[in-house]
Amino acid sequence: MKALVAVKRVVDYNVKVRVKSDQTGVDIANVKMSMNPFDEIAVEEAVRLKEKGVLSEVIVVSCGVTQCQETLRTAMAIGADRGILVETSEELQPLAVAKLLKALADKEQPGLVILGKQAIDDDCNQTGQMLAALADWPQATFASKVEMADGHALITREVDGGLETLKLSLPAVVTTDLRLNEPRYVTLPNIMKAKKKQLDIFKPEDLGVDVKPRIKTLKVSEPPKRSAGIRVADVAALVDKLKNEAKVL
Amino acid sequence: MTSLVIAEHDNHSIKPATLNTVTAALACGAEVHVLVAGKDATAAAQAAAQIAGVAKVLHADADGFAHGLAEQVAAQVLALSSSYSHILFAATASGKNIAPRVAAKLDVAQVSDITKVDSPDTFERPIYAGNAIATVQATDAIKVITVRTTGFDAAGMGGSAAVEIVSAANAGSQSQFMGSEIAKNDRPELTAAKVIVSGGRALGSAEKFNEVITPLADKLGAAMGASRAAVDAGYAPNDWQVGQTGKIVAPQLYVACGISGAIQHLAGMKDSKVIVAINKDPEAPIFSVADYGLEADLFVAVPELVAAL
Repeated sequence: MKALVAVKRVVDYNVKVRVKSDQTGVDIANVKMSMNPFDEIAVEEAVRLKEKGVLSEVIVVSCGVTQCQETLRTAMAIGADRGILVETSEELQPLAVAKLLKALADKEQPGLVILGKQAIDDDCNQTGQMLAALADWPQATFASKVEMADGHALITREVDGGLETLKLSLPAVVTTDLRLNEPRYVTLPNIMKAKKKQLDIFKPEDLGVDVKPRIKTLKVSEPPKRSAGIRVADVAALVDKLKNEAKVL
Repeated sequence: MTSLVIAEHDNHSIKPATLNTVTAALACGAEVHVLVAGKDATAAAQAAAQIAGVAKVLHADADGFAHGLAEQVAAQVLALSSSYSHILFAATASGKNIAPRVAAKLDVAQVSDITKVDSPDTFERPIYAGNAIATVQATDAIKVITVRTTGFDAAGMGGSAAVEIVSAANAGSQSQFMGSEIAKNDRPELTAAKVIVSGGRALGSAEKFNEVITPLADKLGAAMGASRAAVDAGYAPNDWQVGQTGKIVAPQLYVACGISGAIQHLAGMKDSKVIVAINKDPEAPIFSVADYGLEADLFVAVPELVAAL
Protein backbone atom coordinates (compact mmCIF):
# COMPACT_ATOMS: atom_id res chain seq x y z
CA MET A 1 0.00 0.00 0.00
CA LYS A 2 1.26 3.44 -0.96
CA ALA A 3 0.97 6.58 1.08
CA LEU A 4 0.87 10.11 -0.23
CA VAL A 5 2.19 12.79 2.12
CA ALA A 6 1.69 16.49 1.44
CA VAL A 7 4.33 18.97 2.58
CA LYS A 8 4.28 22.76 2.49
CA ARG A 9 7.19 25.17 2.42
CA VAL A 10 6.52 27.89 4.99
CA VAL A 11 8.32 30.62 6.89
CA ASP A 12 10.31 28.91 9.63
CA TYR A 13 8.45 28.74 12.94
CA ASN A 14 11.17 30.72 14.71
CA VAL A 15 10.78 33.73 12.44
CA LYS A 16 8.60 36.59 13.56
CA VAL A 17 7.21 37.97 10.31
CA ARG A 18 6.79 41.66 9.56
CA VAL A 19 3.85 43.19 7.80
CA LYS A 20 4.88 45.11 4.66
CA SER A 21 4.41 48.85 4.95
CA ASP A 22 2.10 48.94 1.90
CA GLN A 23 -0.14 46.37 3.66
CA THR A 24 -0.07 43.93 0.73
CA GLY A 25 1.23 41.03 2.77
CA VAL A 26 4.05 39.96 5.04
CA ASP A 27 7.67 40.39 4.11
CA ILE A 28 9.14 36.97 3.36
CA ALA A 29 12.14 38.10 1.30
CA ASN A 30 15.37 36.74 2.80
CA VAL A 31 13.48 34.94 5.54
CA LYS A 32 14.35 31.38 6.52
CA MET A 33 11.92 28.86 5.01
CA SER A 34 11.30 25.33 6.31
CA MET A 35 8.93 22.44 6.05
CA ASN A 36 5.68 23.10 7.92
CA PRO A 37 6.23 21.36 11.31
CA PHE A 38 2.99 19.38 11.14
CA ASP A 39 3.97 18.09 7.70
CA GLU A 40 7.31 16.93 9.05
CA ILE A 41 5.34 14.86 11.56
CA ALA A 42 3.25 13.50 8.66
CA VAL A 43 6.37 12.44 6.76
CA GLU A 44 7.85 10.83 9.88
CA GLU A 45 4.64 8.87 10.52
CA ALA A 46 4.51 7.55 6.96
CA VAL A 47 8.18 6.55 7.07
CA ARG A 48 7.61 4.73 10.37
CA LEU A 49 4.65 2.87 8.87
CA LYS A 50 6.86 1.86 5.97
CA GLU A 51 9.58 0.70 8.37
CA LYS A 52 6.94 -1.45 10.11
CA GLY A 53 6.10 -3.03 6.78
CA VAL A 54 2.60 -1.54 6.61
CA LEU A 55 3.36 0.70 3.64
CA SER A 56 5.27 -0.19 0.50
CA GLU A 57 6.06 3.31 -0.73
CA VAL A 58 5.94 6.86 0.62
CA ILE A 59 5.42 9.59 -1.97
CA VAL A 60 5.78 13.22 -0.89
CA VAL A 61 4.02 16.01 -2.73
CA SER A 62 4.51 19.74 -2.51
CA CYS A 63 2.61 22.41 -4.40
CA GLY A 64 4.16 25.81 -5.04
CA VAL A 65 7.31 27.52 -6.24
CA THR A 66 10.48 25.87 -7.57
CA GLN A 67 12.16 26.08 -4.17
CA CYS A 68 9.65 23.58 -2.78
CA GLN A 69 12.06 21.02 -4.23
CA GLU A 70 14.22 21.68 -1.15
CA THR A 71 11.28 20.81 1.08
CA LEU A 72 10.73 17.61 -0.89
CA ARG A 73 14.42 16.71 -0.57
CA THR A 74 14.17 17.15 3.19
CA ALA A 75 11.17 14.82 3.24
CA MET A 76 13.09 12.29 1.18
CA ALA A 77 16.02 12.60 3.61
CA ILE A 78 13.63 11.62 6.41
CA GLY A 79 12.85 8.54 4.35
CA ALA A 80 10.19 9.22 1.72
CA ASP A 81 10.85 7.25 -1.47
CA ARG A 82 10.11 9.80 -4.14
CA GLY A 83 8.73 13.29 -4.61
CA ILE A 84 6.28 15.17 -6.77
CA LEU A 85 6.29 18.93 -7.18
CA VAL A 86 3.26 20.66 -8.60
CA GLU A 87 5.03 23.80 -9.69
CA THR A 88 3.35 27.17 -9.92
CA SER A 89 4.09 30.70 -8.85
CA GLU A 90 0.36 31.43 -8.38
CA GLU A 91 -0.96 31.88 -4.87
CA LEU A 92 -2.37 28.51 -3.84
CA GLN A 93 -5.33 28.35 -1.49
CA PRO A 94 -6.40 25.18 0.37
CA LEU A 95 -9.20 24.24 -2.04
CA ALA A 96 -6.80 24.41 -4.98
CA VAL A 97 -4.20 22.31 -3.16
CA ALA A 98 -6.87 19.75 -2.21
CA LYS A 99 -7.86 19.50 -5.90
CA LEU A 100 -4.22 19.03 -6.96
CA LEU A 101 -3.78 16.31 -4.32
CA LYS A 102 -7.02 14.64 -5.45
CA ALA A 103 -5.70 14.53 -9.04
CA LEU A 104 -2.45 12.99 -7.82
CA ALA A 105 -4.33 10.52 -5.63
CA ASP A 106 -6.30 9.42 -8.70
CA LYS A 107 -2.98 8.78 -10.46
CA GLU A 108 -1.11 7.11 -7.62
CA GLN A 109 -3.98 5.28 -5.87
CA PRO A 110 -2.61 5.53 -2.31
CA GLY A 111 -4.29 3.70 0.59
CA LEU A 112 -3.51 6.53 2.93
CA VAL A 113 -2.90 10.27 2.57
CA ILE A 114 -1.23 11.98 5.51
CA LEU A 115 -1.04 15.77 5.90
CA GLY A 116 -0.25 18.25 8.64
CA LYS A 117 -3.38 19.52 10.34
CA GLN A 118 -2.52 23.14 9.66
CA ALA A 119 0.12 25.23 7.97
CA ILE A 120 1.72 27.74 10.30
CA ASP A 121 1.63 30.56 7.73
CA ASP A 122 -2.03 30.91 6.71
CA ASP A 123 -3.29 28.90 9.72
CA CYS A 124 -6.18 27.55 7.61
CA ASN A 125 -6.57 23.94 8.78
CA GLN A 126 -8.56 22.89 5.70
CA THR A 127 -6.62 20.96 3.08
CA GLY A 128 -6.88 17.41 4.49
CA GLN A 129 -10.59 17.64 5.15
CA MET A 130 -11.16 19.13 1.69
CA LEU A 131 -9.22 16.35 0.01
CA ALA A 132 -11.24 13.74 1.95
CA ALA A 133 -14.48 15.38 0.80
CA LEU A 134 -13.40 15.63 -2.84
CA ALA A 135 -12.34 11.96 -2.87
CA ASP A 136 -15.34 10.82 -0.79
CA TRP A 137 -12.97 9.24 1.69
CA PRO A 138 -13.24 9.13 5.48
CA GLN A 139 -11.02 11.44 7.49
CA ALA A 140 -9.34 11.54 10.88
CA THR A 141 -7.98 14.97 11.72
CA PHE A 142 -5.64 15.95 14.61
CA ALA A 143 -4.25 12.41 14.95
CA SER A 144 -2.13 11.50 17.95
CA LYS A 145 -1.90 7.77 17.15
CA VAL A 146 -2.13 5.82 13.89
CA GLU A 147 -2.52 2.05 13.75
CA MET A 148 -3.17 0.00 10.64
CA ALA A 149 -4.94 -3.37 10.93
CA ASP A 150 -7.16 -5.62 8.79
CA GLY A 151 -7.50 -3.15 5.98
CA HIS A 152 -8.57 -0.37 8.33
CA ALA A 153 -6.92 2.56 10.03
CA LEU A 154 -7.49 2.99 13.75
CA ILE A 155 -6.82 6.62 14.59
CA THR A 156 -6.76 8.33 17.95
CA ARG A 157 -7.64 12.01 17.59
CA GLU A 158 -7.17 15.03 19.84
CA VAL A 159 -10.58 16.60 20.45
CA ASP A 160 -11.84 19.24 22.88
CA GLY A 161 -11.76 17.63 26.32
CA GLY A 162 -9.63 14.60 25.49
CA LEU A 163 -9.18 11.91 22.86
CA GLU A 164 -11.40 9.83 20.60
CA THR A 165 -10.74 6.80 18.43
CA LEU A 166 -12.12 6.27 14.93
CA LYS A 167 -11.96 3.23 12.66
CA LEU A 168 -11.67 4.26 9.02
CA SER A 169 -12.05 2.19 5.90
CA LEU A 170 -9.25 2.71 3.36
CA PRO A 171 -8.32 4.78 1.50
CA ALA A 172 -8.49 7.48 4.13
CA VAL A 173 -7.08 10.91 4.97
CA VAL A 174 -5.23 11.54 8.22
CA THR A 175 -4.03 14.92 9.50
CA THR A 176 -1.37 15.08 12.19
CA ASP A 177 -1.29 16.78 15.55
CA LEU A 178 1.85 17.62 17.52
CA ARG A 179 1.95 14.55 19.74
CA LEU A 180 1.81 11.95 16.95
CA ASN A 181 5.58 11.51 16.88
CA GLU A 182 8.87 13.32 17.15
CA PRO A 183 10.47 13.60 13.71
CA ARG A 184 13.98 12.20 13.44
CA TYR A 185 17.02 14.33 12.67
CA VAL A 186 18.11 13.90 9.12
CA THR A 187 21.63 12.60 8.74
CA LEU A 188 24.16 13.70 6.15
CA PRO A 189 24.25 10.30 4.38
CA ASN A 190 20.46 10.42 4.08
CA ILE A 191 20.58 13.96 2.72
CA MET A 192 23.04 12.73 0.09
CA LYS A 193 20.83 9.73 -0.71
CA ALA A 194 17.77 11.98 -1.00
CA LYS A 195 19.44 13.96 -3.77
CA LYS A 196 19.37 10.87 -5.99
CA LYS A 197 15.72 10.03 -5.40
CA GLN A 198 13.14 10.53 -8.13
CA LEU A 199 11.42 13.91 -8.24
CA ASP A 200 8.73 14.52 -10.86
CA ILE A 201 7.42 17.95 -11.72
CA PHE A 202 3.95 18.78 -12.98
CA LYS A 203 2.08 21.99 -13.66
CA PRO A 204 -1.47 22.45 -12.36
CA GLU A 205 -2.63 22.41 -16.02
CA ASP A 206 -1.09 18.94 -16.46
CA LEU A 207 -3.45 17.75 -13.74
CA GLY A 208 -6.43 19.62 -15.14
CA VAL A 209 -6.87 21.75 -12.04
CA ASP A 210 -7.90 25.41 -11.99
CA VAL A 211 -6.01 26.93 -9.07
CA LYS A 212 -7.36 30.47 -9.32
CA PRO A 213 -7.72 31.94 -5.79
CA ARG A 214 -11.30 32.25 -4.54
CA ILE A 215 -10.43 34.53 -1.65
CA LYS A 216 -9.00 37.98 -2.28
CA THR A 217 -6.67 39.46 0.28
CA LEU A 218 -7.63 43.13 0.48
CA LYS A 219 -4.98 44.08 3.01
CA VAL A 220 -2.69 42.72 5.67
CA SER A 221 -2.15 44.84 8.74
CA GLU A 222 -0.31 44.79 12.03
CA PRO A 223 -2.31 43.39 14.94
CA PRO A 224 -3.10 45.86 17.70
CA LYS A 225 0.01 46.13 19.84
CA ARG A 226 -0.23 45.04 23.42
CA SER A 227 2.09 47.18 25.43
CA ALA A 228 4.05 45.71 28.28
CA GLY A 229 2.64 46.59 31.67
CA ILE A 230 4.53 46.97 34.88
CA ARG A 231 6.67 44.75 37.08
CA VAL A 232 5.41 44.25 40.58
CA ALA A 233 7.79 43.77 43.48
CA ASP A 234 6.09 40.93 45.28
CA VAL A 235 2.94 38.85 45.66
CA ALA A 236 1.27 41.41 47.92
CA ALA A 237 1.73 44.14 45.31
CA LEU A 238 0.36 41.82 42.63
CA VAL A 239 -2.78 41.02 44.63
CA ASP A 240 -3.27 44.72 45.34
CA LYS A 241 -3.03 45.62 41.63
CA LEU A 242 -5.39 42.82 40.60
CA LYS A 243 -7.95 43.86 43.19
CA ASN A 244 -7.78 47.63 43.03
CA GLU A 245 -6.41 48.56 39.61
CA ALA A 246 -7.44 45.76 37.23
CA LYS A 247 -10.44 44.84 39.38
CA VAL A 248 -10.41 41.24 38.21
CA LEU A 249 -10.47 39.62 41.65
CA MET B 1 -29.56 36.03 2.58
CA THR B 2 -29.85 33.63 5.48
CA SER B 3 -27.06 32.22 7.62
CA LEU B 4 -26.86 28.72 9.03
CA VAL B 5 -24.92 28.15 12.25
CA ILE B 6 -23.94 24.57 13.01
CA ALA B 7 -24.48 24.12 16.74
CA GLU B 8 -21.91 22.40 18.87
CA HIS B 9 -23.65 20.38 21.55
CA ASP B 10 -23.62 17.23 23.66
CA ASN B 11 -27.22 16.31 22.72
CA HIS B 12 -28.44 17.89 25.96
CA SER B 13 -27.06 21.39 25.96
CA ILE B 14 -25.43 23.84 23.58
CA LYS B 15 -21.69 24.49 23.97
CA PRO B 16 -20.77 28.13 24.64
CA ALA B 17 -18.79 28.45 21.38
CA THR B 18 -22.09 28.28 19.49
CA LEU B 19 -23.21 31.54 21.12
CA ASN B 20 -20.22 33.45 19.79
CA THR B 21 -20.79 31.91 16.37
CA VAL B 22 -24.38 33.15 16.36
CA THR B 23 -23.12 36.68 17.05
CA ALA B 24 -20.78 36.42 14.06
CA ALA B 25 -23.66 35.13 11.93
CA LEU B 26 -25.84 38.08 12.97
CA ALA B 27 -23.02 40.41 11.95
CA CYS B 28 -23.22 38.95 8.44
CA GLY B 29 -26.49 40.85 8.32
CA ALA B 30 -28.87 38.06 7.58
CA GLU B 31 -31.51 35.94 9.28
CA VAL B 32 -29.87 33.25 11.40
CA HIS B 33 -30.89 29.59 11.57
CA VAL B 34 -29.19 27.02 13.78
CA LEU B 35 -28.72 23.35 12.88
CA VAL B 36 -28.68 20.82 15.71
CA ALA B 37 -27.65 17.44 14.27
CA GLY B 38 -27.60 14.93 17.08
CA LYS B 39 -28.99 11.76 18.57
CA ASP B 40 -31.89 12.21 20.99
CA ALA B 41 -30.97 15.87 20.93
CA THR B 42 -34.36 17.44 21.57
CA ALA B 43 -33.06 19.16 24.69
CA ALA B 44 -30.16 20.66 22.73
CA ALA B 45 -32.51 21.85 19.98
CA GLN B 46 -34.74 23.50 22.56
CA ALA B 47 -31.73 25.17 24.16
CA ALA B 48 -30.69 26.48 20.73
CA ALA B 49 -34.18 27.95 20.24
CA GLN B 50 -33.59 30.16 23.27
CA ILE B 51 -30.50 31.87 21.84
CA ALA B 52 -31.35 35.53 21.22
CA GLY B 53 -31.45 36.48 17.54
CA VAL B 54 -32.03 32.98 16.19
CA ALA B 55 -35.01 32.84 13.82
CA LYS B 56 -35.31 29.09 13.41
CA VAL B 57 -33.75 25.88 14.70
CA LEU B 58 -33.41 22.89 12.39
CA HIS B 59 -33.22 19.62 14.28
CA ALA B 60 -31.95 16.47 12.55
CA ASP B 61 -31.91 13.37 14.71
CA ALA B 62 -30.21 10.07 13.85
CA ASP B 63 -27.86 7.47 15.36
CA GLY B 64 -25.16 8.61 12.94
CA PHE B 65 -24.96 12.02 14.63
CA ALA B 66 -24.29 10.60 18.10
CA HIS B 67 -20.57 11.41 17.99
CA GLY B 68 -20.52 14.34 15.59
CA LEU B 69 -18.52 12.53 12.90
CA ALA B 70 -17.41 14.89 10.14
CA GLU B 71 -18.71 12.70 7.32
CA GLN B 72 -22.21 12.55 8.84
CA VAL B 73 -22.61 16.14 9.94
CA ALA B 74 -21.18 17.45 6.65
CA ALA B 75 -23.73 15.37 4.72
CA GLN B 76 -26.52 16.93 6.79
CA VAL B 77 -25.26 20.46 6.23
CA LEU B 78 -24.94 19.81 2.49
CA ALA B 79 -28.52 18.57 2.33
CA LEU B 80 -29.64 21.95 3.69
CA SER B 81 -27.02 24.22 2.12
CA SER B 82 -28.95 25.47 -0.91
CA SER B 83 -31.07 27.80 1.23
CA TYR B 84 -28.12 29.64 2.76
CA SER B 85 -25.67 32.38 1.87
CA HIS B 86 -23.43 31.83 4.90
CA ILE B 87 -22.62 28.59 6.75
CA LEU B 88 -20.79 29.16 10.02
CA PHE B 89 -19.03 26.83 12.45
CA ALA B 90 -17.16 27.63 15.65
CA ALA B 91 -13.41 27.26 15.12
CA THR B 92 -13.23 24.40 17.63
CA ALA B 93 -11.88 20.87 17.12
CA SER B 94 -15.34 19.91 15.89
CA GLY B 95 -16.00 22.89 13.61
CA LYS B 96 -12.53 22.76 12.07
CA ASN B 97 -13.06 19.08 11.36
CA ILE B 98 -16.36 19.47 9.52
CA ALA B 99 -16.39 22.88 7.80
CA PRO B 100 -13.76 22.22 5.08
CA ARG B 101 -15.64 19.07 4.08
CA VAL B 102 -18.73 21.15 3.47
CA ALA B 103 -16.81 23.85 1.59
CA ALA B 104 -15.03 21.40 -0.71
CA LYS B 105 -18.27 19.61 -1.60
CA LEU B 106 -19.83 22.97 -2.46
CA ASP B 107 -16.69 23.90 -4.44
CA VAL B 108 -16.27 27.08 -2.43
CA ALA B 109 -13.37 28.44 -0.41
CA GLN B 110 -13.52 28.44 3.36
CA VAL B 111 -12.62 31.46 5.46
CA SER B 112 -11.02 30.10 8.65
CA ASP B 113 -10.93 31.62 12.10
CA ILE B 114 -12.56 34.97 11.43
CA THR B 115 -12.28 37.57 14.20
CA LYS B 116 -14.39 40.30 12.59
CA VAL B 117 -17.11 40.69 9.98
CA ASP B 118 -16.48 43.85 7.91
CA SER B 119 -19.31 43.18 5.46
CA PRO B 120 -21.24 40.08 4.35
CA ASP B 121 -18.34 39.01 2.14
CA THR B 122 -15.35 40.62 3.85
CA PHE B 123 -13.77 39.30 7.01
CA GLU B 124 -10.70 39.76 9.18
CA ARG B 125 -8.61 36.80 10.24
CA PRO B 126 -5.26 36.42 11.95
CA ILE B 127 -2.43 34.76 10.02
CA TYR B 128 1.15 33.85 10.98
CA ALA B 129 0.23 33.07 14.59
CA GLY B 130 -1.59 36.35 14.91
CA ASN B 131 1.42 38.42 13.87
CA ALA B 132 -0.62 39.82 11.00
CA ILE B 133 -4.31 40.39 10.39
CA ALA B 134 -5.60 39.72 6.89
CA THR B 135 -8.73 41.38 5.55
CA VAL B 136 -10.13 38.97 3.00
CA GLN B 137 -13.02 38.97 0.58
CA ALA B 138 -14.71 35.68 -0.25
CA THR B 139 -15.81 35.65 -3.89
CA ASP B 140 -17.87 32.44 -3.87
CA ALA B 141 -21.66 32.53 -3.67
CA ILE B 142 -21.80 30.59 -0.40
CA LYS B 143 -19.49 31.64 2.40
CA VAL B 144 -18.28 28.76 4.58
CA ILE B 145 -16.73 30.22 7.70
CA THR B 146 -15.19 29.15 10.98
CA VAL B 147 -15.43 31.68 13.79
CA ARG B 148 -12.74 32.38 16.35
CA THR B 149 -14.90 32.59 19.45
CA THR B 150 -12.67 35.13 21.20
CA GLY B 151 -13.44 37.64 18.44
CA PHE B 152 -17.17 37.80 19.15
CA ASP B 153 -19.29 38.24 22.25
CA ALA B 154 -21.61 35.42 23.24
CA ALA B 155 -25.19 35.85 22.07
CA GLY B 156 -27.66 36.22 24.91
CA MET B 157 -30.55 33.94 25.80
CA GLY B 158 -34.23 34.77 25.86
CA GLY B 159 -35.11 33.93 22.26
CA SER B 160 -37.98 31.69 21.29
CA ALA B 161 -37.31 30.34 17.82
CA ALA B 162 -39.42 27.64 16.24
CA VAL B 163 -37.85 24.18 16.09
CA GLU B 164 -38.33 22.42 12.79
CA ILE B 165 -37.57 18.72 12.39
CA VAL B 166 -35.63 18.02 9.20
CA SER B 167 -34.99 14.61 7.68
CA ALA B 168 -31.61 13.18 8.59
CA ALA B 169 -28.93 12.60 5.98
CA ASN B 170 -26.79 9.49 6.10
CA ALA B 171 -23.21 9.33 4.89
CA GLY B 172 -22.64 5.59 5.26
CA SER B 173 -20.11 3.93 7.52
CA GLN B 174 -16.65 4.69 6.15
CA SER B 175 -15.81 6.10 9.56
CA GLN B 176 -16.86 4.47 12.81
CA PHE B 177 -16.62 5.87 16.31
CA MET B 178 -14.80 3.38 18.55
CA GLY B 179 -14.58 5.24 21.85
CA SER B 180 -13.32 8.31 23.62
CA GLU B 181 -11.43 9.32 26.72
CA ILE B 182 -12.86 12.63 27.81
CA ALA B 183 -11.48 13.96 31.08
CA LYS B 184 -14.26 14.81 33.49
CA ASN B 185 -13.74 17.80 35.70
CA ASP B 186 -15.80 20.52 37.29
CA ARG B 187 -13.67 23.33 35.96
CA PRO B 188 -14.97 25.76 33.37
CA GLU B 189 -14.17 24.92 29.76
CA LEU B 190 -10.81 26.40 28.77
CA THR B 191 -12.12 28.44 25.84
CA ALA B 192 -15.08 29.82 27.81
CA ALA B 193 -13.37 30.42 31.18
CA LYS B 194 -13.23 33.89 32.75
CA VAL B 195 -9.98 33.04 34.50
CA ILE B 196 -7.20 30.73 33.29
CA VAL B 197 -4.13 29.61 35.18
CA SER B 198 -1.50 28.22 32.85
CA GLY B 199 1.74 26.39 33.56
CA GLY B 200 4.93 25.97 31.57
CA ARG B 201 8.00 23.82 31.40
CA ALA B 202 9.41 25.43 34.54
CA LEU B 203 7.03 23.28 36.60
CA GLY B 204 9.38 20.37 35.94
CA SER B 205 6.99 17.42 36.34
CA ALA B 206 3.34 16.40 36.14
CA GLU B 207 3.30 16.10 39.95
CA LYS B 208 4.64 19.60 40.48
CA PHE B 209 2.29 20.97 37.83
CA ASN B 210 -0.66 19.56 39.72
CA GLU B 211 0.72 20.48 43.15
CA VAL B 212 1.44 24.12 42.27
CA ILE B 213 -1.10 25.09 39.59
CA THR B 214 -4.22 23.29 40.86
CA PRO B 215 -4.59 25.15 44.20
CA LEU B 216 -4.35 28.51 42.42
CA ALA B 217 -6.90 27.42 39.81
CA ASP B 218 -9.19 26.18 42.59
CA LYS B 219 -8.90 29.43 44.46
CA LEU B 220 -9.70 31.51 41.36
CA GLY B 221 -12.36 29.16 39.99
CA ALA B 222 -10.17 29.00 36.91
CA ALA B 223 -9.66 26.65 34.00
CA MET B 224 -6.16 25.22 33.66
CA GLY B 225 -3.99 25.64 30.60
CA ALA B 226 -0.44 24.83 29.60
CA SER B 227 2.28 25.79 27.18
CA ARG B 228 3.28 23.42 24.41
CA ALA B 229 6.52 22.64 26.21
CA ALA B 230 4.61 21.51 29.32
CA VAL B 231 2.25 19.36 27.25
CA ASP B 232 5.06 17.82 25.19
CA ALA B 233 6.87 16.97 28.42
CA GLY B 234 3.75 15.21 29.67
CA TYR B 235 3.05 17.59 32.55
CA ALA B 236 -0.46 18.41 31.30
CA PRO B 237 -2.99 16.82 28.92
CA ASN B 238 -2.96 17.63 25.19
CA ASP B 239 -6.19 19.57 25.18
CA TRP B 240 -4.87 22.06 27.73
CA GLN B 241 -2.43 23.49 25.22
CA VAL B 242 -2.93 27.19 24.68
CA GLY B 243 -1.41 28.60 21.50
CA GLN B 244 -1.45 29.04 17.73
CA THR B 245 -2.36 25.43 17.02
CA GLY B 246 -3.98 24.64 20.35
CA LYS B 247 -6.71 26.54 22.13
CA ILE B 248 -7.19 30.27 21.50
CA VAL B 249 -8.35 31.93 24.71
CA ALA B 250 -9.25 35.43 25.85
CA PRO B 251 -10.29 35.32 29.51
CA GLN B 252 -10.67 38.29 31.85
CA LEU B 253 -7.55 37.12 33.67
CA TYR B 254 -4.74 34.89 32.39
CA VAL B 255 -2.06 33.87 34.86
CA ALA B 256 1.05 32.44 33.17
CA CYS B 257 3.28 30.55 35.59
CA GLY B 258 6.73 29.54 34.40
CA ILE B 259 5.87 30.15 30.75
CA SER B 260 8.61 31.87 28.74
CA GLY B 261 6.22 33.12 26.04
CA ALA B 262 7.13 31.73 22.63
CA ILE B 263 5.29 33.54 19.81
CA GLN B 264 3.16 30.42 19.28
CA HIS B 265 1.96 30.61 22.89
CA LEU B 266 1.37 34.36 22.81
CA ALA B 267 -0.78 33.80 19.69
CA GLY B 268 -3.19 31.83 21.84
CA MET B 269 -3.61 34.20 24.77
CA LYS B 270 -2.56 37.74 23.95
CA ASP B 271 -6.17 38.92 23.63
CA SER B 272 -6.80 38.18 27.30
CA LYS B 273 -8.00 41.24 29.19
CA VAL B 274 -5.46 41.12 32.01
CA ILE B 275 -2.29 39.04 31.79
CA VAL B 276 -0.16 38.17 34.80
CA ALA B 277 3.23 36.56 34.29
CA ILE B 278 5.21 34.87 37.02
CA ASN B 279 8.66 33.90 35.83
CA LYS B 280 12.13 34.00 37.30
CA ASP B 281 13.80 34.90 34.01
CA PRO B 282 13.63 38.72 33.73
CA GLU B 283 14.20 38.46 29.96
CA ALA B 284 11.27 36.08 29.33
CA PRO B 285 9.21 37.34 26.35
CA ILE B 286 5.99 36.73 28.29
CA PHE B 287 6.74 39.95 30.23
CA SER B 288 6.37 41.91 26.97
CA VAL B 289 2.63 41.20 26.91
CA ALA B 290 1.96 41.00 30.65
CA ASP B 291 0.04 43.75 32.43
CA TYR B 292 1.61 42.64 35.70
CA GLY B 293 4.92 40.85 35.72
CA LEU B 294 6.30 39.23 38.83
CA GLU B 295 9.93 38.21 38.56
CA ALA B 296 10.04 35.39 41.06
CA ASP B 297 10.46 31.66 41.57
CA LEU B 298 7.02 30.27 40.88
CA PHE B 299 7.43 27.52 43.48
CA VAL B 300 7.54 30.26 46.11
CA ALA B 301 5.33 32.91 44.54
CA VAL B 302 2.38 30.76 43.48
CA PRO B 303 1.73 29.22 46.94
CA GLU B 304 2.16 32.71 48.39
CA LEU B 305 -0.44 34.01 45.96
CA VAL B 306 -2.82 31.20 46.89
CA ALA B 307 -2.43 32.14 50.55
CA ALA B 308 -2.97 35.84 49.83
CA LEU B 309 -6.21 35.40 47.91
